[in-house]
Amino acid sequence: MSQIFHTSTNVLSRLSIYGGVFIVALLGAALYGIELSPWYTDVHVSREQPVPFSHKHHAGELGIDCRYCHTSVEKSAFAGVPPTQTCMTCHSQIWTNSAMLEPVRSSYRTDKSISWTRVNALPDFVYFDHSIHVSKGIGCTTCHGQIAEMPLTYREGTLYMSWCLDCHRQPEKYVRPKSQVFNPNYEVPSNQMELGRQLVKDYKIQSLQNCSTCHR
Amino acid sequence: MDPEGSQNINEARQAPVLEPGHTLSSVTEKISSIVLGRGTTKGWMFGFAIAFALLMLLNVAVTYLLVKGVGIWGIRIPIAWGFAIVNFVWWIGIGHAGTLISAILLLLHQKWRTSINRFAEAMTIFAVACAGMFPLLHMGRPWLFFYLMPYPNAMWLWPQFRSPLVWDVFAVSTYATVSLLFWFVGMVPDLATLRDRAKNRAARIIYGVLAMGWRGSAVHWSRYETASMLLAGLATPLVVSVHTVVSFDFSVAIVPGWHSTIFPPYFVAGAIYSGFAMVITLAIPIRKFYHLEDLVTMRHLDNMAKVMLATGVIVAYGYMMETFIAFYSGNQYDRYMIMNRMTGPYAFFYWLLIACNIVIPQVLWSRKVRNNVPILFVVALVVNVGMWLERFVIVVVSLHRDYIPSAWGTYMPTRWDWATYVGTIGLFLTLFYLFIRFLPMISIVEMRSLVEETNEEGQAK
Repeated sequence: MSQIFHTSTNVLSRLSIYGGVFIVALLGAALYGIELSPWYTDVHVSREQPVPFSHKHHAGELGIDCRYCHTSVEKSAFAGVPPTQTCMTCHSQIWTNSAMLEPVRSSYRTDKSISWTRVNALPDFVYFDHSIHVSKGIGCTTCHGQIAEMPLTYREGTLYMSWCLDCHRQPEKYVRPKSQVFNPNYEVPSNQMELGRQLVKDYKIQSLQNCSTCHR
Repeated sequence: MDPEGSQNINEARQAPVLEPGHTLSSVTEKISSIVLGRGTTKGWMFGFAIAFALLMLLNVAVTYLLVKGVGIWGIRIPIAWGFAIVNFVWWIGIGHAGTLISAILLLLHQKWRTSINRFAEAMTIFAVACAGMFPLLHMGRPWLFFYLMPYPNAMWLWPQFRSPLVWDVFAVSTYATVSLLFWFVGMVPDLATLRDRAKNRAARIIYGVLAMGWRGSAVHWSRYETASMLLAGLATPLVVSVHTVVSFDFSVAIVPGWHSTIFPPYFVAGAIYSGFAMVITLAIPIRKFYHLEDLVTMRHLDNMAKVMLATGVIVAYGYMMETFIAFYSGNQYDRYMIMNRMTGPYAFFYWLLIACNIVIPQVLWSRKVRNNVPILFVVALVVNVGMWLERFVIVVVSLHRDYIPSAWGTYMPTRWDWATYVGTIGLFLTLFYLFIRFLPMISIVEMRSLVEETNEEGQAK
């Protein structure tokens, strides 16, 4: 009776069996890598908007405070996307005939909101409140990145629960003095941990990690 | 004066484990020809068609469940666990007999395990496959089942390690893995036999791959024996631990009728009880239709019936203790729970349970009855039904009336509950039919090891 398998089967079977563990580990690492990749998370990927609004120009070069447009951030859960009227406070006087701003003007004329594409959106089963974060010393740029350097808006964080827990478990890593919350050019000091621990105490930050804090 | 002789006198009163007159080649030929020589018979096709139809029913039931959600089942508040958990426990319990026969009886050097252990272990694996579907399906979002496993995730959360439901994940997956390994490792020499005897090329390649290059050398045999002993040692604690963890699903809760320390041993005994009932239910038709009466002898049926009887008595003790402790405790909720079981809306099922699990199997005390194949078959079926009823009574009857009367309710299984349950029976039977068609359902190597000594005993008689 002839041999059923070629001698190379010996090598192949040993490789696949002993290598099985590594293959599974590699697969796991690949999946993990995909989960953290920008392809999956859309981090640093700018989204198509009806008007190519530049935070770099408005917040960076012109120095307009975040709260000029995102008006309810200190009082409400939602920071607020500005109505067309806010844009027209300047653009009724400046760049009044610019083609790029035609959607803004037509929105103002027709009373129809500009349908901005949401860049930072949490799923519906998560409850997030801006006002508490802002009033306890979490800066805009801590979560939203260097917004004053973004010609087109993109998301800085993955918005995964782990991303939120990173700060909630150790707020001293990210908290800044309340006066600096709206400073887009704030640089994290070298003694952040020491400063942070002091601020956590001063601001009475609870670093809530209970499930129902966010999943109400 | 020789011990051999006195042993023979005792054994002469019992049927042999293997009918004398067999040779090494006749035993090998008999078992391997079922796979290689018979082809696909009409009888097998008929049975397989029914099993496959039920499997398709399972397909429909599960698809509809995934589309619509668990509301299609009869579960509601307060009976949030219905057929899904009843069936889960029933199937897992059935699996325990296979592991006991394979592992524990191996370590106890019981020769009568040899002809039943292969298909009993197969029964275990298929039962665990059916059981494993239910914890996944009963979730609100079954596609997120992997949340139960501790892996580094984007939520930085571990599963709730304090919950027996998470312990179940580990217990059942360990059980499935070890059983599969044990079954497969034990089968390697037999697969090599089939590889060597197979006639067509496809069969030789498939069995060849599965036999993993077995040559039958002394080194191979030595490693085989060591591996079998190690796996048996690994599987033995599982017989006790897996169903203990399943019983914890109930006993760590505070529901009256569940919060009882007798649950772990009571469940393990019940598992072995239902498992042996299922092995007998399978063994009797198999030995009849495949003419294996000389390999699976009356000794095997007799011993299995005795194990069934013994575990049935332990289960009966469990019922009596539950009732006694409920009254002895003085706790009004536990007392009501027992009164409700006996006289409430589900009293019929409770008394049917007592009849099936305690009363009817007492006929097995009689040796005549144990050796009467049709009666034994009926009793085994009755025990299967009884053990399903036991899980039904434990899950549904304890849940439907607990502490606060305003929260009481009734449970009515829907057609989808039944369809899923019958469908898993179809899955089990489909896998089992495929097993007996394509794999050696009796361990050829172990039967060969019996040939010499049974022939000696046959001559000494």
